[in-house]
Amino acid sequence: MSRERIKEAYDAWKSGVEKGLAKTPERKPRFSNSSDIEVSRLYTPLDTGGADYLEDIGFPGRYPFTRGIQATMYRGQIWTMRQYAGFGTAEESNKRFKYLLEQGQTGLSVAFDLPTQIGLDSDHELAEGEVGRVGVAIDSLEDMEILLEGIALDRVSTSMTINAPAAILLAMYVAVAEKQGVPPEKLNGTIQNDILKEYVARGTYIFPPEPSLRLTVDVIDYCVKNIPRWNFISVGGYHIREAGATAAQEMAFAFSNAIAYIERAIAAGLEVDSFAPRISWIFNTHNNFFEEIAKYRAARRLWARIMKDRFGAKNERSCMLRMHIQDGGSTLTAQQPLNNIIRSTVHCLASVLGGTQSLAICSYDEACAIPTEESARTSLRIQQVIAHETGVTDTVDPLAGSYYVEWLTDRMEQKIKEYIESVDRLGGAVEAIESGYIQRQINESSYRYMEEIESGERVLVGVNRYQVEEEPLREIYRVDPAVRSLKMARLKSLKERRDGGRVKEALQELERAAGGSEKLMPRIIEAVKAYATLGEICDALRAKFGSYKASKDF
Amino acid sequence: MAKKKIRVLVAKPGLDGHDRGAKLLAYKLRNAGMEVIYTGLRQSPRQIAETALQEDVDIVALSCLSGAHDHLFPRTVECLREVGMGDVPVIGGGIIPKEDIPGLKEAGIKEIFTSGASMKDIVSYIQSLADKDQRTVTTEGNKP
Repeated sequence: MSRERIKEAYDAWKSGVEKGLAKTPERKPRFSNSSDIEVSRLYTPLDTGGADYLEDIGFPGRYPFTRGIQATMYRGQIWTMRQYAGFGTAEESNKRFKYLLEQGQTGLSVAFDLPTQIGLDSDHELAEGEVGRVGVAIDSLEDMEILLEGIALDRVSTSMTINAPAAILLAMYVAVAEKQGVPPEKLNGTIQNDILKEYVARGTYIFPPEPSLRLTVDVIDYCVKNIPRWNFISVGGYHIREAGATAAQEMAFAFSNAIAYIERAIAAGLEVDSFAPRISWIFNTHNNFFEEIAKYRAARRLWARIMKDRFGAKNERSCMLRMHIQDGGSTLTAQQPLNNIIRSTVHCLASVLGGTQSLAICSYDEACAIPTEESARTSLRIQQVIAHETGVTDTVDPLAGSYYVEWLTDRMEQKIKEYIESVDRLGGAVEAIESGYIQRQINESSYRYMEEIESGERVLVGVNRYQVEEEPLREIYRVDPAVRSLKMARLKSLKERRDGGRVKEALQELERAAGGSEKLMPRIIEAVKAYATLGEICDALRAKFGSYKASKDF
Repeated sequence: MAKKKIRVLVAKPGLDGHDRGAKLLAYKLRNAGMEVIYTGLRQSPRQIAETALQEDVDIVALSCLSGAHDHLFPRTVECLREVGMGDVPVIGGGIIPKEDIPGLKEAGIKEIFTSGASMKDIVSYIQSLADKDQRTVTTEGNKP
């Protein structure tokens, strides 16, 4: 059918509808998504006419990967179900890991407590009240040995959410594997190692941006040469989104950060195709179903083009946006927490239709406390139901060709590109962070979202509509307050048992190296193997790198 | 004489990096005509008390989502007393299980707002605290 005939019929239909609007108006004058893209009443072939199927959409497993990075997607293999876990002591976390593996989980994901994430030992004054709270407390190689006891590191893949001290935790993992007799080349896993988003969103920075980037690149370099199957970075849009960014900003600011890492890795002498295939990502799925699906399709296409056009990547694998998704904790409500299971199910479905490689679903009680075993299991069950009972995994990218989805994919791509260009104009991600540009963009979106909820313009079930009086959740997971004293006792005993001379020498060598320009991983590995503590190693680095000061802007 | 603006210190005690809620509150309070000082992340209770003193604030609002509130909130109240700011009302917010609230109130926290609380309610609560000029009376037994 010709475009003209469709246009003619569409116009006739539209004028008919608009005549009726006076009598039966639509619910609101303007419909839009989180990225502030206005959504029309109806999409037709007229909205997707500009696309070149082979150039812009193409085939799964082929550039520009709009339809997915694997040719067979979930027909070949279901995504990795990787729930985030880590509690209190290394012993407790080890128990939870073994439980999740028995329940059919296929990869481990380690959450660390805040002192570990910012390079403080459990006996540090600022660690008081925080030890073992939001994850496992790791002070030394000894804790890592306990955490991974009885888990065959050549058979599982492990994801570690650690950024500022990523190099140190990776060194510990490699050292434990070595003790198990597993050589580095057999290890599988991911380390977050994405420091730039910490300054704008997540807050667990230690050093200022430039020395932090040096560590990031050292980890990349070490992995490329020694642990070929290790994902040495997981660039995060997730936390940027949780801090209040829109879907388009989430992708754009994550991409800008990644561009900064790639530029520095290339400047350090790495060839783009030698490391780019191992870049992985973590994104965030929120409530707007089609916006999220379009976001992932748009992001795959845009990233593929950035890698090819901006960095001259020749290997197709360098152009693949390999992602892990966790659904948005900030979309969950403390009110009527069981409703969160419904929200998470929608997030799960959007993430799968968006073509993710790996997925974690929040627990319904997360807005109230650390998840219980029951709520953590329910999250895994959401994924299993979608994977095995719904049939959405039977064909690749089933929403392609939807007039709306293809139109929205184009618009999301355009919007993401515009934000990246504004970061480029400021000189790149580091400059945009130091000038506060990215923080201001995120804050403004966050304020707008809140105003929409408060005004009732955006409906949140159980929050600003359909409220009920309710009792608090009955079963809540609690961290044993004795964790810190246990950890302090272990640290004390470790310091008596270890070879003090070897520790001192390793730390001095590391500090000296940090003052120069040599690669730091070998020095860090030596310090870790000598059982220097995480705090001691970070102190040696702080002595040369300095500490980053918190921003007081809002 | 024009009415003195209410001065509020919005503070992030401990190591928690989740500051979306704290910044939203700071923004809302400023829009409501108050003077707002935000500490930024990673403040020890002692640092918060010192800032409260330096800035001569009327109210301290603490935010913590890491679960360390049981330790950090009471400790901040103690530190405020130590610097002679014991009459400044302290309120707290974050991911706080309901059964922790009585203990926190006993420790001197005037009110706790959990993750479901509306910003409007928090702002009007702070307004009412200031209107009552609670600093001239003892905080004990002065339930909202």
